Amino acid sequence: MQYVPYLLAGISVGGQYALIAIGYTMVYGILRLINFAHGDIFMAAGLMMIYLANPLTLWLAVPLVILFTAVLGFAVERAAYKPLRDAPRMSVMISAIGVSYLVQNVALYVTGGLAKTYPSLPWISDTITILGATTKRVTVITPVLTVVLIVGLVILIKKTKIGMAMRAVSRDFETSRLMGIKINTVISVTFLIGSLLAAVGSLLYFANYTAIVPTSGAMPGLKAFVAAVFGGIGSIPGAVIGAFLIGLSENIIKSGGSSWTTFSDAFTFVLLIIILAVKPTGLFGEKQTDKV
Amino acid sequence: MTKRQKIISVILLALVYAAVFVMEQVIPAQAMLFTVLKKGAIYALVAVSMNLLNGFTGLFSLGQAGFMLIGAYVYGIFTIPTEMRTSVYQYFDGGVIQFTVPVLLAIVLAGVAAAIAAALIGFPALRLKSDYLAIATLGFAEILRAIFQWDKLGPVTNGSNLLRKFPTFNDFNITNADGDVVIYLSTLVPFLIVGVCIFLIVLLINSSYGRVFRAIRDDERAAEAMGVNLFAHKEISFVVSSFFAGIGGALLAMYQMTIQASAFKSAMTYEILLIVVIGGIGSVTGSCIGSFLFIAASEWWLRGLDSGTFLGITAPTIFRSGFRKVVFAVIIMVIVLFYRKGLMGDKEFSVARIAGRFRRLFRRRAPAEKGATK
Repeated sequence: MQYVPYLLAGISVGGQYALIAIGYTMVYGILRLINFAHGDIFMAAGLMMIYLANPLTLWLAVPLVILFTAVLGFAVERAAYKPLRDAPRMSVMISAIGVSYLVQNVALYVTGGLAKTYPSLPWISDTITILGATTKRVTVITPVLTVVLIVGLVILIKKTKIGMAMRAVSRDFETSRLMGIKINTVISVTFLIGSLLAAVGSLLYFANYTAIVPTSGAMPGLKAFVAAVFGGIGSIPGAVIGAFLIGLSENIIKSGGSSWTTFSDAFTFVLLIIILAVKPTGLFGEKQTDKV
Repeated sequence: MTKRQKIISVILLALVYAAVFVMEQVIPAQAMLFTVLKKGAIYALVAVSMNLLNGFTGLFSLGQAGFMLIGAYVYGIFTIPTEMRTSVYQYFDGGVIQFTVPVLLAIVLAGVAAAIAAALIGFPALRLKSDYLAIATLGFAEILRAIFQWDKLGPVTNGSNLLRKFPTFNDFNITNADGDVVIYLSTLVPFLIVGVCIFLIVLLINSSYGRVFRAIRDDERAAEAMGVNLFAHKEISFVVSSFFAGIGGALLAMYQMTIQASAFKSAMTYEILLIVVIGGIGSVTGSCIGSFLFIAASEWWLRGLDSGTFLGITAPTIFRSGFRKVVFAVIIMVIVLFYRKGLMGDKEFSVARIAGRFRRLFRRRAPAEKGATK
């Protein structure tokens, strides 16, 4: 049973990646943009928690963090991506990299370059024992909460009007614009939802860590993006499956001993290269044909 | 380019090199100016190599840091003096490689190693389109970083420990018997190396291969229909770019005096990409100018923002550690959003154009004066 802690950690981390990956996959589905700043927004949510948890009570801090992160994601889209709506895709991607650089540097300035201690959250950070393995309660909460949120999101996309608009925009940007769909509203809602889920993911993810530095978001962000690509970009169930797979496999590699730990991050990218070489559209991605 | 323009360019370049040489003899070696010149030259080379891919071939690759990593390590591994190896590889019994090669050969080897890695990576990666290529090359760079930190490879790469004590730029200085520096060359030599490399890239861009690269950038399908072997030309561009990124990595190692794999993160690639954007995607001279401006602003001119006083304004509560980078990032965002073409667009710096602009300025004024006399 020596693998139980690793499997538990894998499922838990997988759920957290899934919450970030949805932000990537939805934005890519609609704007065809790799939002490189998404990982940094995730990190910013962690920092907000640090600064808000101390003066406020936890039950006030958590909703505020989620709200502020959603607003941050919305603001980034309005300030940095909207002006480039008709620009070449490469320009928007460069803008995303610029935002990532900006958010990291602002975080560096605010924290003064010091690693900030993440507050210990009552109840969800408590230690519990499952199948003989001691772990934090967050490990169990994460997969459950992830599934609940994703079911909610899928209902939103399938049943509501804004969900229908989102599906239309991701199918054909130009035509849906002509059909009278308010494209900017749809994009803003997408960023709000993506950042909101990233904030929830951040609360769960950083509960397992003691401190945050400005680059804490980069690696989970990249991994979540790989998860989105693996599952087929634009597909929400695909992103979730990809995320759980990456979370599990990286923790299984960690169980192999210290000399393999260095590869736990790299394996994600090996997986990416394999899927891109074998099935570039991912597990559930739609096949795209290039028009001349 | 006419013969006259060529002569002017050569004279200008010669003046730049002469100025670097003279400044180095006159100004104390610790001056911030030399930090900017050395690091700026290195980043200029890497930015031009990235521009060859992104600006001239239209391949959005984000693997530059990985190839620099290979270059830096190959240089370090082959140049650490044998008598120093026991102290550098202290956890790995002095390492397995017990010979050294001359510095210039090691720099070339660094490029060759990066080029070989690029050739292998190119096979799966270059078949991908735009952003998938970006994310795949970024992934390869991360994998390379993990491999170089693997402790099973420690006897060669020193695992996650530093590589150090290899020859640096200061070893180019000519010293007398007492060890005092007679002639400073620590900035001029990297400038020369970078200059030769960029000259080679320019030759490639202006050759028939360069025209094919631009055809691929402008319309891949049209190029293919004209009989261009897409994959072969993308591979050439990728390999050449990585070769020079490897050399840039070796030079960066010489500049920094130590090598550690964890420094070659994707953040480094992003910085180089931003330099390319500032200079103008598709402009070699733009990348060079952009690089010196980027390094000068981030390392030197904006320093005051970190230490309390900037442009005579003292505000220690706002101007504290890290503010420089915030301001810098905002400037970059402004360039990215509002000056998307960068400094040079896709044009090259030329004396003729500047002269022409002045001439037009005066010509416009001339008729107005005539009108006044009537």
